[in-house]
Amino acid sequence: MRVSDIAAVLGAEMLAGRSGLIRDVPSAGGCDIISDLLFFGKPGMLLLTGLTQLSVVRTAHLLDLSGIVFVRGKRPDEGAIELAESLGLPLLVSPLSLYDCCGRLYARGLPGVIPGAPHLPAECA
Amino acid sequence: MVTPLKSFSHSYPVLGGAYYLAGRAASDAKRRLGEQQAPAGFARRVAIATYEAEMNICIHAISGEVVIVMEGERVEVVANDRGPGIADIALAMTSGYSTASDKARAMGFGAGLGFANMQRCADRFHIRSRIGAGTNVKMTFLPRPEDEEGGAPCS
Repeated sequence: MRVSDIAAVLGAEMLAGRSGLIRDVPSAGGCDIISDLLFFGKPGMLLLTGLTQLSVVRTAHLLDLSGIVFVRGKRPDEGAIELAESLGLPLLVSPLSLYDCCGRLYARGLPGVIPGAPHLPAECA
Repeated sequence: MVTPLKSFSHSYPVLGGAYYLAGRAASDAKRRLGEQQAPAGFARRVAIATYEAEMNICIHAISGEVVIVMEGERVEVVANDRGPGIADIALAMTSGYSTASDKARAMGFGAGLGFANMQRCADRFHIRSRIGAGTNVKMTFLPRPEDEEGGAPCS
């Protein structure tokens, strides 16, 4: 699934990183905790989030994520958009909720990221 | 690592509470390693651990600095802060334990995974702390075979 396919499925508007539209997205994750993202994020993963501050864009870049979808129509500030544009990182805004965005992508075959972290209970892995 | 890294040493100031600015050292390290064609996995491990160190200073300390040194095939990252210090380092190292403020948590930080993440990303990890004075973290990064694949960041 490409970033452009994801934008269509989520009825999303593109805010930055148009050059990354053809990027292939191997997995996705919904997360509002940056600490968790820094621990569980995998390269290429698409992030769906309700956080809109600049540090989300910075984190996505450091982790080599393929893009960010802001849910519930939430929009990041100009600084975040400018940083994403300079990094070529796609930013999308969807009017749908986090749950609905994740459900639509999962139903179309986009897998999640398997945590596999030692401190998680086995049933979560 | 294909070629040795260009010798580099720089200190990045970090200010407590300045969430907007934290991450500059990590971004710079990632850019420099990328420019030198260092393996993606290696650059990612350095970037993640450096960012965690910057965020810790931002969340818990008054001020501090992150020093990055690149030499040969290794990267060293040292984080020094002027802050409250850590009373029980073993407890602070426990995944899920955190003393972060509500403000830090509202911004998505402070889940208590920072030290665990630094430890798994780095090849050597050392922490010292003095109550009422501050905390010092030293990390060393060496090439790993899995860095070349660019796969899992630091599993």
